[in-house]
Amino acid sequence: MDLEFTEQEQEFRREVRAWLAANVPAEPLPSMDTREGFLAHQAWERKLFDARWAVVSWPKEYGGREAGLTEWLIFEEEYYRAGAPGRVSQNGIFLFAPTVFEFGSKEQQDRYLPKMASGEEIWVQGWSEPEAGSDLANVRSRADRDDERGGWLLNGQKIWSSRGTYGHRLFGLFRTDPEAQRHRGLTYFMVDLAAAGVTVRPIPQLDGEPGFAEVFLDDVFVPDADVLGGVNEGWKIMIATTGSERGLNLRSPGRFVAPANKLIDLYKRDPRPAERDAVVRAWMDAEAYRLFTFGTVTKLQAGGAIGADSSINKVFWSEMDVELHATALRLLGEAGELDDGDGGWLDGYLFALGGPIYAGTNEIQRNTIAERILGLPRAK
Amino acid sequence: MRLAYTEDQELFRDTVRDFLADRCTGTDVRAAWAADSAISTRWAELAKVGVTGIVVPEEHDGLGMGDEELAAVLVETGYAALPEPLLESAVAVGLLAEFAADAGWLAEIAAGRATASVLLPGRRLAVEAAAADVLVIGLDNGDLHVTDPGACELTAHRSVDRSRKLYTVGFQPTPETLVASGAQRALARASNRGALGAAAQLLGLTRRMLDMTVDYAKQRVQRGVRIGTHQSVQHHLANVLIKLEFARPVVLRAAYSLARDLPSADRDVSMAKIYAGEAADLAARNCLQVHGAIGYTEEHDLQLFMKRAWALGTAWGDAGEHRDRIATDLLGDAPAPSTPSF
Repeated sequence: MDLEFTEQEQEFRREVRAWLAANVPAEPLPSMDTREGFLAHQAWERKLFDARWAVVSWPKEYGGREAGLTEWLIFEEEYYRAGAPGRVSQNGIFLFAPTVFEFGSKEQQDRYLPKMASGEEIWVQGWSEPEAGSDLANVRSRADRDDERGGWLLNGQKIWSSRGTYGHRLFGLFRTDPEAQRHRGLTYFMVDLAAAGVTVRPIPQLDGEPGFAEVFLDDVFVPDADVLGGVNEGWKIMIATTGSERGLNLRSPGRFVAPANKLIDLYKRDPRPAERDAVVRAWMDAEAYRLFTFGTVTKLQAGGAIGADSSINKVFWSEMDVELHATALRLLGEAGELDDGDGGWLDGYLFALGGPIYAGTNEIQRNTIAERILGLPRAK
Repeated sequence: MRLAYTEDQELFRDTVRDFLADRCTGTDVRAAWAADSAISTRWAELAKVGVTGIVVPEEHDGLGMGDEELAAVLVETGYAALPEPLLESAVAVGLLAEFAADAGWLAEIAAGRATASVLLPGRRLAVEAAAADVLVIGLDNGDLHVTDPGACELTAHRSVDRSRKLYTVGFQPTPETLVASGAQRALARASNRGALGAAAQLLGLTRRMLDMTVDYAKQRVQRGVRIGTHQSVQHHLANVLIKLEFARPVVLRAAYSLARDLPSADRDVSMAKIYAGEAADLAARNCLQVHGAIGYTEEHDLQLFMKRAWALGTAWGDAGEHRDRIATDLLGDAPAPSTPSF
């Protein structure tokens, strides 16, 4: 075992820390789910990109630093420690990009990755539909062949599309073979949300801001160049993306270690002994998540894969996040209900409550753990 | 950065695992329940595999390994519910090696000819004190004594886990038994080794209970279906696996910190004891629930592992004690509440 960071990694940490200290806005940006906040977050992404901090693990030709997993973890720790703005581009750079790198053509990579990295184009998830939530294989939105124009005509409806209100492009699955059942006959498309036939209806979330949207598609033309991977191979490709979402990419430990440390400060400022154990628990869980991630990184660096283990990961961080923020609200006492209260704890709590739901509900994750890891027979 | 055992460490662990699968079955554990002492001929066999001398220095015929290897092996002894006092001997060995290496016990323990019992400050119960060949006692004032258990007044106590032969010890310290003074640091370290070792065994116990119950849920048919197809059953067992998988790296890190005497070792060990204890506690409850009435019997082996888990949950500092230690480290002496800021 070796839990030390190398001199090179420590130097990387110092460099990240210094840049963030000099550049993170003193005042928090407005919510990224308002028009004003969305633009402010885009401008922040541009700033990160110009300093080559937007996508540290990406190849240099697309604005990255080819940082390894450990350096990526360090970057994330420092990023959240510094209280830097949330990543408006995260659905693109963390969830979608790994799929583009793995399945996209060089032409597609060149066309989309630079603008994704700079925040110029914000990508939107197009997974769920009214009849396909946790049961994603029930996708009904369809794509019909348009040979004349060399592409596809998309029809249907996507829902709960994060960043859909102000975002620019959508990635998601559409049924290209109407005869095929379930996860067969689906194709992975990239859709320009400014195209004719697209209607976006913002949906205010629990916090009142339209963080996600409904996207209606009515004969929307998508050229062949915007099919990702093979026709009817969308499911396999999608699995790669949701794996990243549940696993490492979406929720780095730094994201929880930072609020856990803030929680300790909150307790010290105004100790409520009845909450002591909950504060200790939140800190320990964030630390356990960090160690678990070290284990995952070790496995990946030895050539292993994450696979169904990502379900274990997702259940843990999402439930830890809820508890952490609930503890903060209890520490605030009477002020816990104030929407304009210090520290953004209420906003954080509302956001955390989505965790056990999105990226596959925790009930589905537990089924996956039971069936795919423990080897129990399939649930009826 | 690498959080995993080395190949050599895993190889050694696997050897011990194979040995225990063969030589420490449920029947063997039950034999220890019935006997006056849980120490059997298996102790000498364990010595041949190197287990009794893991942390005995090489110059005393041991393997000269440290807390990482010890923890790896103790996960396996937990899985098998090995009744011999391997952890207690290893804790005693650490102190003997530092302060009483010339007394000759180290080579005897490594060779499987002797066992040691230990009683550290703050604890009252010594495992196998009557059968042990040597008793190592640390006092609150930092004095360390090494004595013949026969010279002490031992009172037997019955553990929920009948394979754990517990004693309270009446002991008169003398200049002859005293081997060190001012040994607080070494005693604290020994205490950490005990807690780490208990945590490692609790990981193994968790895995064992989970494995048994997964097997059962795959086979048991009620109302025409295997009970493992029910989501309620699946989720009980998934929850145990989640607890286990998050306790595992916590225990690994504690072993790493203790082996290197890092400043965070106290906190890391306490966290390991808490996480492994919670995993084992949840495993015991959920596995009992999934087994139903058959799991509630003495004839079913599940009880052997549940009871060991309960016993080790309280031994070497219970969750509350370890949580206090972490809370003090993290939160310090909290100042008086301030007035509301809004």
